[in-house]
Amino acid sequence: MSLHTLSIAELSRGLDKGEFSSVELTRYFLARIAEKDPALNAFITVMAESALAAAAQADTRRAAGQAGRLTGVPIAHKDIFCTRGARTSCGSKMLDNFVAPYDATVVAKLAAAGVVNLGKTNMDEFAMGSSNETSWYGAVHNPWDLSRVPGGSSGGSAAAVAARLIPAATGTDTGGSIRQPAALVGISGIKPTYGRVSRYGMIAFASSLDQAGVMAPSAEDCAYILSDMAGFDTRDSTSVDRAVPDYVADLGMPLKGLRLGVLTEFMGEGLEPQTAACVQAAIDVYRRLGATVVDVSCPSLPLSVPTYYVVAPAECSSNLSRFDGVRFGHRCENPKDLNDLYKRSRAEGFGPEVQRRIMTGAYVLSAGYYDAYYLKAQKVRTLIAADFQRAFSQVDLLVCPTTPGPAFAIGAKIDDPVTMYLNDIYTIGANLAGLPAMSLPCGFQDGLPVGVQLIGPHFSESRMLSAAHAYQLETDWHQKLPAAYS
Amino acid sequence: MTNQTTWEVVIGLEIHAQLATRSKIFSGSPTQYGAEPNTQADLVDLGYPGVLPVLNAEAVRMAVKFGLATGSTVATRSVFARKNYFYPDLPKGYQISQYEKPIVEHGKMDIMLEDGTIKTIGITRAHLEEDAGKSLHEGLVGASGIDLNRAGTPLLEIVSEPDMRSAKEAIAYLKKIHSLVRYLEICDGNMQEGSFRCDANVSVRRFGAEKFGTRCEIKNVNSFRYVEKAINYEVARQIDVIEGGGTITQETRLYDANKDETRSMRSKEEANDYRYFPDPDLLPVVIAADYIEAVRGTLPELPDQKAARFHSDYALSAYDAGVLTASREMADYYEASLRTLNLGTDAGKLHSAAKLAANWVMGDLSAALNNHNLDIGQSPMDSTRFAGLLVRLLDETISGKIAKEVFEAMWSEGATADAIIESRGLRQITDISAIEQAISEVMAASPKQLADYRAGKDKLFGYFVGQTMKATQGKANPAVLNDLLQKMLPGA
Repeated sequence: MSLHTLSIAELSRGLDKGEFSSVELTRYFLARIAEKDPALNAFITVMAESALAAAAQADTRRAAGQAGRLTGVPIAHKDIFCTRGARTSCGSKMLDNFVAPYDATVVAKLAAAGVVNLGKTNMDEFAMGSSNETSWYGAVHNPWDLSRVPGGSSGGSAAAVAARLIPAATGTDTGGSIRQPAALVGISGIKPTYGRVSRYGMIAFASSLDQAGVMAPSAEDCAYILSDMAGFDTRDSTSVDRAVPDYVADLGMPLKGLRLGVLTEFMGEGLEPQTAACVQAAIDVYRRLGATVVDVSCPSLPLSVPTYYVVAPAECSSNLSRFDGVRFGHRCENPKDLNDLYKRSRAEGFGPEVQRRIMTGAYVLSAGYYDAYYLKAQKVRTLIAADFQRAFSQVDLLVCPTTPGPAFAIGAKIDDPVTMYLNDIYTIGANLAGLPAMSLPCGFQDGLPVGVQLIGPHFSESRMLSAAHAYQLETDWHQKLPAAYS
Repeated sequence: MTNQTTWEVVIGLEIHAQLATRSKIFSGSPTQYGAEPNTQADLVDLGYPGVLPVLNAEAVRMAVKFGLATGSTVATRSVFARKNYFYPDLPKGYQISQYEKPIVEHGKMDIMLEDGTIKTIGITRAHLEEDAGKSLHEGLVGASGIDLNRAGTPLLEIVSEPDMRSAKEAIAYLKKIHSLVRYLEICDGNMQEGSFRCDANVSVRRFGAEKFGTRCEIKNVNSFRYVEKAINYEVARQIDVIEGGGTITQETRLYDANKDETRSMRSKEEANDYRYFPDPDLLPVVIAADYIEAVRGTLPELPDQKAARFHSDYALSAYDAGVLTASREMADYYEASLRTLNLGTDAGKLHSAAKLAANWVMGDLSAALNNHNLDIGQSPMDSTRFAGLLVRLLDETISGKIAKEVFEAMWSEGATADAIIESRGLRQITDISAIEQAISEVMAASPKQLADYRAGKDKLFGYFVGQTMKATQGKANPAVLNDLLQKMLPGA
């Protein structure tokens, strides 16, 4: 039985009907990981033992009639979420020895829903990267072409789901880290509204931009996981106290009459023609389904990359100060004195991209530069948010490509940070404005997946997921599998 | 000492008051002092990966109380910022503080100068922040210990204007703030335990100069006396430097109480660039007007209001009223003892009793407390027992002089005034015939002195007072004795 092609809904039904147990499912996916992950490097840590124990517990719960719809469903967590008793590395040598003493709220909530965690997925170091090449644990390979990147920073989750080593995985998105890899491996990925999902226990990169989300084959799968992940958390002051809809029940929201705005700024220069054609085709599907499609302009949006590369490094330079070799994480050998301890522990523990961002961030916050960089970036951020707000007075959702082109070769951009940064040009705006956004598979360019992006107003996840679902009922891009993993 | 008359001293204080919340400002850990190292620090205090701060509403309420009590503007929107620097006792590598938008601004505090005039000291701002941990060096060889129990304890940093012109003024202001935070019950004021700390910014300039001199910040002064000594040392040092042709460099200096000197800790050039920016983990603190009014409703009678009431209700001098109201416990003790006297509505009786009680509280009681290093709250003699002594003074059962003896016995034996007066037979003699009898005996025993007195040696009046007192074991009513001596000594 090819359990790996089943959707979350099908897995949930199968568990309910006793077609398979959670232990069987878990064994199946563990075996698949053992067989196929060596070529992908999607997992940093596989947690077979605890997963099987959780699966057995889930089966007991289900037998006792106490199961929720996710009880017994296997998933994996990006290695940025603290998991009690397990290494939580954040893709960094700095935390290679860090065993988290507590569960992130996301991990705890999903565990409470009965989800079985199979392990921790690879990622760019501290979520800083767009190719998963900055990971201390090595690059992740794109299942569609092993010589190519899966995108990043949630590259491990993306590759694992694309190869169906796991039915769904969590991710985090600070500037596109869920959507860009989802697009490059041909799966769905949603970054919810900032504040929708608790950040507690999610190792911070840029606190005002970081948001946890889901990566899975379909929007429907995403709806299942997100419903149990989202919600207010008293331990995260930036989480929003607002009821969480049942995103699964809301999937049936009618599409007819949907006002879809095409983001003109992102449909022109820099966009590869074949990718543009795929996105155009997706827009045509929406038109056919009864959506009104209009062009919308957000003139400040092209400033989002430079804005982001001031704000995100500024916050990261401060957030990563706690990794000082004193209480946890990497500590250098035989420090001469306190300064030596700090300098060598951090120089040895952090990779070059993380160091670059810490230095950039410290620079833009330093006396004499703060106004010119940080303050100005915050002003532009306000302009970008205002642009979006204006747009959403005319349309329900915005549509644009997720990336300028498909997955690039491993090694192609890693030595050119600016070119790498530009890969996130279409995704960063949603983070700066705190908006929900998702990427959906919408075709192929030279055999590589292409993603289309939806961006919505704050807390429009139901609308967005239902629109995505409607598209996926009409198309089968999200069901395409790389030959080696079908 | 150098010529201080040509130099004007300029002082501003930064006071750190630990807020008396039960839990920390951004975590649920307890704030109790003196626990085993690192037993009161949770993952948030330890700055673990992934943890987030959540603001303690009680700390905000206390800051608002302080703002209202100092006539400050309480910001309807204030912002937490990160102050970034590396230090082992600072787990996150940044301190969460308030920078551009503090919760309290533009307040003031009146102090009384030695000549009795009132001076207003400006309060620039007061902001909320978290305390750091402590580095421990004692008992460790080749290593330093870190105790993070204190990390995350809420602090209110109260910054004054550079309005003080002498160490004495600085101390008066410091004491006034100390008194206020304790009145408000937002800080226990314990300086030994570090819950009330002070840094002093000190500079000097020639009288008449418009510009301030270069200032030095003195850190690590943990008692009123040391603050005064540290400032005086620093003022003298700065004057010496300038008069010697040197210039003052802006720097942070540490006060060494053992050597009574300040020494350089770091210069402005070595100062950290703290890279302040708004903390993205915390929302701006938004305070509604009705919340402010609700807090205002909980304010107790403040020291200045109490002093004004003591002045008008009890006819106490401004000085006495100020001393008695400096601590809420002393004022309460004082008023409780007055209430015990049950004085009714006669203003004359009330005022004289109030003055008497004031003298005794500020005099013998305070002296005894000082000698035993006790606060009035720890007084072994409660206000009721203390009032028992006042009762016997007011009804002239004992004289003021005898009362001192009674007071000491009350203090050491724990008995009531009446019990001591009875057991020691200290009841004052007001019986005229008994005193006349004693005077006659003294006159008979001192013929020479009597003759000299009658010949005009007025000074000898005291001799007869003393002798008669001695004869009555000090129990003769002094006023009666005086009257009788005036009558009897000149002879028929």
